[in-house]
Amino acid sequence: MSVITEITLPQLAESQVSATIDRWLKQPGDWVDEYEPICEINTDKVNAEIPSTVAGKLTKILVGTGEDVPVGTAICIIESEGSEQAAEPSPVNEAVIATTVHTNATATGSDTSMRGRYSPAVQTLASQHGISLEHVQGTGLGGRITRKDVLAYVASGAREVRQPEKPIEQSSQQVRTTGIHLSESPRLPKIELDDPYAGGRGETYIDVTPIRNTIARNMRQSVSEIPHAWTMIEVDVTNLVMIRNKFKDEFKKREGVNLTYLAFLIKAVVNAIRDFPIMNSVWAVDKIIVKRDINISLAVGTEDSVMTPVIKNADHKNVAGIAKEIEELAHKTREGKLTLSDMQGGTFTVNNTGSFGSILSYPIINYPQAAILTFESIVKKPVVIDDMIAVRSMANICLSLDHRILDGVICGRFLQRVKENLEAYNLESSIY
Amino acid sequence: MPTMSYIDAIRTAMAEEMERDDNVFVLGEDVGVKGGVFTTTKGLYEQFGEMRALDTPLSESAIAGVAIGAAMYGMRPIAEMQYSDFMFPATNQIISEAAKIRYRSNNDWNCPVVIRAPIGGGVFGGLYHSQCPESVFFGTPGLKIVAPYRPYDAKGLLKAAIRDEDPVLYFENKKSYRLISGEVPEEDYVVEIGKANVLREGDDITVIGYSLPLRFVEQAAEELAEEGISTHILDLRTIQPLDKEAILEAVRRTGKVLIVHEDNKTGGVGAEVAAIIAEELLFELDAPIMRLCGPDVPAMPINPPGEKFFLLNTEKVKAAMKQLADF
Repeated sequence: MSVITEITLPQLAESQVSATIDRWLKQPGDWVDEYEPICEINTDKVNAEIPSTVAGKLTKILVGTGEDVPVGTAICIIESEGSEQAAEPSPVNEAVIATTVHTNATATGSDTSMRGRYSPAVQTLASQHGISLEHVQGTGLGGRITRKDVLAYVASGAREVRQPEKPIEQSSQQVRTTGIHLSESPRLPKIELDDPYAGGRGETYIDVTPIRNTIARNMRQSVSEIPHAWTMIEVDVTNLVMIRNKFKDEFKKREGVNLTYLAFLIKAVVNAIRDFPIMNSVWAVDKIIVKRDINISLAVGTEDSVMTPVIKNADHKNVAGIAKEIEELAHKTREGKLTLSDMQGGTFTVNNTGSFGSILSYPIINYPQAAILTFESIVKKPVVIDDMIAVRSMANICLSLDHRILDGVICGRFLQRVKENLEAYNLESSIY
Repeated sequence: MPTMSYIDAIRTAMAEEMERDDNVFVLGEDVGVKGGVFTTTKGLYEQFGEMRALDTPLSESAIAGVAIGAAMYGMRPIAEMQYSDFMFPATNQIISEAAKIRYRSNNDWNCPVVIRAPIGGGVFGGLYHSQCPESVFFGTPGLKIVAPYRPYDAKGLLKAAIRDEDPVLYFENKKSYRLISGEVPEEDYVVEIGKANVLREGDDITVIGYSLPLRFVEQAAEELAEEGISTHILDLRTIQPLDKEAILEAVRRTGKVLIVHEDNKTGGVGAEVAAIIAEELLFELDAPIMRLCGPDVPAMPINPPGEKFFLLNTEKVKAAMKQLADF
């Protein structure tokens, strides 16, 4: 029976951590006696011969001449006869490690002994974010909820938010503070009266302005050509209200424009369109053209007309970028300074009907697009969550769709995605 | 940037400071003609002469006492304790004289001395060549204590220590001398005393330590990253005064903290770090504060299995980090 022994590089001096093999004195196949030098090494401090720890035949050299290796590295293999010189592996202190590793291994089972033990960090985060910890999955030892579990739960947005801790402060927050046109005094409508009394009996005639004419033509074309269908969902925007209230003052200060709900909504819609590109299409009789660019037409009303300027490549913009563009386009619309290029290329329309107090609209599609979405007023309502009544900020989202292209299921899924996106906003969300 | 071993970084710092300032000199056992038992002062005798690379008698109390006196008189001595184990005869000079002179003299006198001492085991050194004496001096007001891990910090902190107006204990790890190498700028720079350094960013667990064990921590962090565990590593660099802000910030990152050092657990630097965290960050902790340190036994054994048992290594550190991550 032969025994294989690895000869390792010994530590020859204090502070020596490695050595260079200078010369092999024995070659593979040579017989080596115990304590017989097998090679010469160099270190920073000493040059020395390395003796063999066993008698046997050198079978393999593992470290070549000139190589620098750390102390403890196997440098060659010696095969010896008999078993009395067997070099047993040193047991060292793996036992210590083994025990700690062992306790870890048991952690992943169905043990839930730590499920109800909340660390200070977990409790702090839960109260900051208003989370009920019963709903959070625990991945720690014994099913413990870790700090990261809470953060992941918050980030997932799929949370059942607990009643806000400070209801008084909450209710004093304005739910909606800006609307596109109610927030500032509008321009007075310029109505040209021909002859106030021409029609007799107190009727007046108003000449149709070119813009009125265009609106009329487009609306008629849309309604007569597109078979409209309509659907609506309700969205819980409590978190959205919180995040906007958190950022709006700083945003106004920093960017000089208002951070509107509309910006968050458009971001949510754009992300949903990305997942359902068919929403971004046009009916072309023998085919459906799906547009690659997501350009959001934004319905901006004035007292006497409505325009639909376009946020181009809205999918490349973040909430802050969209907010700035909304402000710019709304401003241009009111000032009558929209250019042709501001109006072209829209692929999907969003109308912020909530800004004038509507809670339900039946919008007409912005021809030739496939659908139009409205965002209605945010209203505080009693809502049943887990069989308990909570006061939540709710809003309706309505969608008119071209039923030639779209059907109920796809639109339902699309609206669900918009809803998920809106409800996923939380205080950790970034607007940049 | 050239790569340099830890010992070369220390030697270069001394040589550059001696070139810069004639008041800087080294003294200690065998630091002159022999160039130090570890070759740390090699070449200084040849370059600066016997008056600035002073071989002293075998008396640490005298080495420290002479250095303290010279420092109070305007010199910038670097006193070498051959091994930190031999430092204890000088403890009275260091704690009762150097640390207190500014306070005792109402600011009339100060003592810009540096006392260098190699710490740590794993070099087959046994009882008298392996100790970590940090806890003996730690907590002595008036002393600054640094314990660099990277060659960059070894050089920068030694320069800062030499230029400091008050006594600084410079604990260099003797196993690191040739084990650790890293990039060291050629130009003159100092590393500010009292500032910790983030070696690695992560968000699952935080590991705080100083000196050589950080190598094991870095290696373990690398291995754990493959298992999806991300580690935040803070190198204290200076152990007195502790960089409280950096400690708190590092712990806030993850809420889970492991403190690692080779000195024994009881009464070590880690105990103070743990206390700071407990005092300030109760509500941000996600796991019990954990320490992995040398065992509370009188000394490092010289027999290899015993030495291996005593010392930290990558496996031990990794197991502790894993345990903390799993909590």
